[in-house]
Amino acid sequence: MSYRLIGKDFTPPDLEAKVTGTARFSEDFRADGMAFIRILSSPMPHAQVKDIDLSKAERVPGFLAALTPEEVKQPAPPGQPILSAEPAYVGQPVIAIAAETEQAAEDAIAAVDVELEPLAFCVDPLESLKPGGPNATLGGNISGRGIDYQEVKWTGRDFAVAGDERLPMGNPVVEWNFGDIDKAFSEAAVVVEESIVHASNAHHAMEPRSAAAYWENGKCHVWGSTQSTAFAQPSLATLIGIPPSDLVFFAEFCGGGFGGKAASYPLMALPALMSKKLGGRPCLIRVSRAEEYYNGYARAGFQAWAKMGFRSDGRLIAADVYVVQDLGSTSGFWDFNNVGSATTIVFQPENMRFRAVPVLTNTVPKGAQRGPGENQTANMFEPLLDKAARELGIDRLAIRTINAPGGGGKDAKYGKDQGSVTSAYLREALEKGAERFRWAERAARSGERNGSKVRAVGIGQAYHSAGSNGFDGLVRITPDGVLHIHTGVGNLGTFSYASTSRVSAEVLGYDWDRCVIERGGTARSIPWNLGQFGSNTNFTMTRTNWVAATDAKNKLLAIGAMEMGGEPEDYDLADEHVVARADGSKRMSFADCASKAMALGGGYDGHEVPEEINPLTKAAVAAIAGTGLIGVAKDTLPKDGTVPALAAGFIEIELDLETGKWEILDYVGVADCGTVIHPQGVAAQVRGGAVMGFGLATSERHVYDPAYGRPGARGLYQAKPKTYLDVPVQMGWDAVDEPDPQNPIGAKGIGEPLEGAASSALICAISEALGGHIFNRTPVVTDMIVNVAAGRPQSHKPLQTNCE
Amino acid sequence: MDEFGPYDPAVDYTSEPAIKELRPGAREATNWKPLNMTRRNFLRGVVCSGIVIAGAGYVFSHPTKARADTRAVDRLVSLTVNGRKRQVDAPPNETLAYTLRYRLGLTGTKIGCNRAECGACTVMADGVSIYSCSTLTHRLRGKEIVTIEGVAAPDGTLHPVQQAFIDEIGPQCGFCTPGQVVAAVALLNKNANPTVDEARLAMSGNLCRCGAYDHYLRGVMKAAGRA
Repeated sequence: MSYRLIGKDFTPPDLEAKVTGTARFSEDFRADGMAFIRILSSPMPHAQVKDIDLSKAERVPGFLAALTPEEVKQPAPPGQPILSAEPAYVGQPVIAIAAETEQAAEDAIAAVDVELEPLAFCVDPLESLKPGGPNATLGGNISGRGIDYQEVKWTGRDFAVAGDERLPMGNPVVEWNFGDIDKAFSEAAVVVEESIVHASNAHHAMEPRSAAAYWENGKCHVWGSTQSTAFAQPSLATLIGIPPSDLVFFAEFCGGGFGGKAASYPLMALPALMSKKLGGRPCLIRVSRAEEYYNGYARAGFQAWAKMGFRSDGRLIAADVYVVQDLGSTSGFWDFNNVGSATTIVFQPENMRFRAVPVLTNTVPKGAQRGPGENQTANMFEPLLDKAARELGIDRLAIRTINAPGGGGKDAKYGKDQGSVTSAYLREALEKGAERFRWAERAARSGERNGSKVRAVGIGQAYHSAGSNGFDGLVRITPDGVLHIHTGVGNLGTFSYASTSRVSAEVLGYDWDRCVIERGGTARSIPWNLGQFGSNTNFTMTRTNWVAATDAKNKLLAIGAMEMGGEPEDYDLADEHVVARADGSKRMSFADCASKAMALGGGYDGHEVPEEINPLTKAAVAAIAGTGLIGVAKDTLPKDGTVPALAAGFIEIELDLETGKWEILDYVGVADCGTVIHPQGVAAQVRGGAVMGFGLATSERHVYDPAYGRPGARGLYQAKPKTYLDVPVQMGWDAVDEPDPQNPIGAKGIGEPLEGAASSALICAISEALGGHIFNRTPVVTDMIVNVAAGRPQSHKPLQTNCE
Repeated sequence: MDEFGPYDPAVDYTSEPAIKELRPGAREATNWKPLNMTRRNFLRGVVCSGIVIAGAGYVFSHPTKARADTRAVDRLVSLTVNGRKRQVDAPPNETLAYTLRYRLGLTGTKIGCNRAECGACTVMADGVSIYSCSTLTHRLRGKEIVTIEGVAAPDGTLHPVQQAFIDEIGPQCGFCTPGQVVAAVALLNKNANPTVDEARLAMSGNLCRCGAYDHYLRGVMKAAGRA
């Protein structure tokens, strides 16, 4: 299908502000009399606050107010409080102080006397599962979405049977299976079985999560850094303790989130609470890089075990997976579940068992990070495919294409229930990438040595669910004929707030220059949209924009019929006019239609709204009712099955066996993201995702001192995200560009699997360069490579985690 | 991630008191090791001993605790920023990034790490790109400072680097972008036609967590022809 706007590049309207420095992030907010907040954070990995003495702090010149854990709402444990009386990781906020200057606030913090009683702690999930092992929180060591907060200990026998090198596998908390794995393993031509460690790593968004707030006329105004605008409003209001209608929320720019700023979070509410205590005085909290590490969440790590059985042609007929997830100190994110579902969709095992235990540790809270669980799955299991391919003597591309879902995904199965997917073209992504990368030719020379250097190629694949439904769209045509597209999508940097908005312009046939995107805060009357996370935006909000524009279209046609006679079906939209099909001279401009809509009132100008739309959308419409022709609707389009975003990555590296240093010679990433709606945007995601993936694969990790529970990777130089010099100068990209049938324009999500495809490709290439040695540990750091090349043992214990 | 009920903290949050008594039988810290009195362990011991913790922030917090007596020295400094003379009242331990953002209202310069790791705070001083988070304001006396706000022409015409970054969609989230722009402008001022490798090296002090290096580099090379 050909479109005027969909699939075409355009200049997102926020770009100029980004390159000129006029883009305002949350720390750029200023107000007269602004007070500064600093926090006292826990020096211990786990402790109980016994007493807080503020008397000295209150005497510090400039001291204004303090907030203690007793004064803020506490979540049911092990939730993440704004301030905690049972800090469960080093760096957890305990007390906040506001003062006239930041220095005064810091001086007052230094003058606080806190009595802390140290408690048992652990930074290794397996330690906590041992009989008598420490619990990370007083109430237990197990949590997770949908899982009771409880204590679970395995038996000494569970550990003894496993020995040092194999994952102990006591009773799981989560277990499901389909098919008959025992029978399938007995029929397998090759079985690979490995124990694996995947590190946690920090999000380290470039913008720390600073926030500012003040109160005026009973409303609370907050500047926050978040990936989502509409979706963050109700949860932030609840954290502050007000109805959403009393929150004026600004989130026009977000300096990186990657899942760590998915919606609201406790620290964002702190300035609002402090400001309230100060009678509404503006308050700002500037968050430092190290504090961002403590409060900025992290990807969950795993200690895992997998056994995979393959037929002689490479088909995966049995998969048995057990993961122990490092949850951090709160209920964390359900990465563990996503390992199970990603395994089913990417590898399509015919028979499978999945078991998991999410364990609390005294490390920073774990949140979703780009492809949570799915990208770890890629890094942990893609090398196992290579191992099987080597043992079977088949090509590493062939073992992937025989298992990957393709052909639209009609036969593809997803998850424990083996449900359907809306579309899947991973096989096509592999084929397209292989051709573009010239896989056959390069694979033939893989392993060639030049002095101490070896060339090697690798392939990776990854998945993330990529779409939801049930949210609202809102557009408005004002009497000047301009189309205002109201969107609650956040500004994460993918530009999908704009590319999804263009669907409204497409439906109405608008010139893009005559469209305005209303976004960035509740004051812009934004509809209830899902957050910009989970790679869902393209699928979910193209649908909301489609239904809202369709509603506007129907109203335009109705007005045309009303004014010019006949029925709405007798008219069409063209050149921003309602035009009679039979007589092109009978036409009425959208501008005139908007004026007429305002005269008509009712549903035409937003004074009446559909019952099913969200209350927040109703409030948004109420604020703009009477200002033009309103198109507003809830997405009730059919959706059946999981929407998968899939990706394949191809990489060639040159690895120096003497130094362990590798250089990426070429990378090509291919996305199965449905219809490409913004080519430059997809290109940026393929390449940016790859850069993040290279870090995930080879350098980014949490390090915790097991003796004192203190972190060793809380700065950028320790967390080691990749720089200009670590990645290729240019990288290739492509997309399958096959429409998803359950989206009106065929779009689905993009961003997350692009990281996992690249990271797992790099890990596989490094293994290939080392003659097929698989590390079973992510990241694969330089000293691990050197150790293998030199035939030396590794410095870490087999299942050690949160270590160097 | 298939089901997205709106996250509702009201469900999670209860009205229980924040500070609770230890429940009977709560496990005590058994893995706490005796201290040997190295300086490092002494510090750890002070913070981890469970006695009163005063000044814990000294060890763990970030805004400087250096309490230099800033009253007895000359705090006034005259800076040239984006071609304008600005009189600034700043203590001697204040960084240029803070001065720009909090005294001169030039919030385009970002603080990403405040310790010379990320480059979001990059500005030019006499044409040389510097990390303003790690340069003291008083050291810039007499130097010509150019921030992101001073890169475009006074009439608003974008610098070729800015235009090229728009054309190539250099920025993603945009937080590192001001620093990337300034670093690129400083490079092209010195070397109007860099090779890709020269550009890559010159830009390597600027981190981008979104990983937009490829697109920024395309922008730099495109601008090189126009600058």
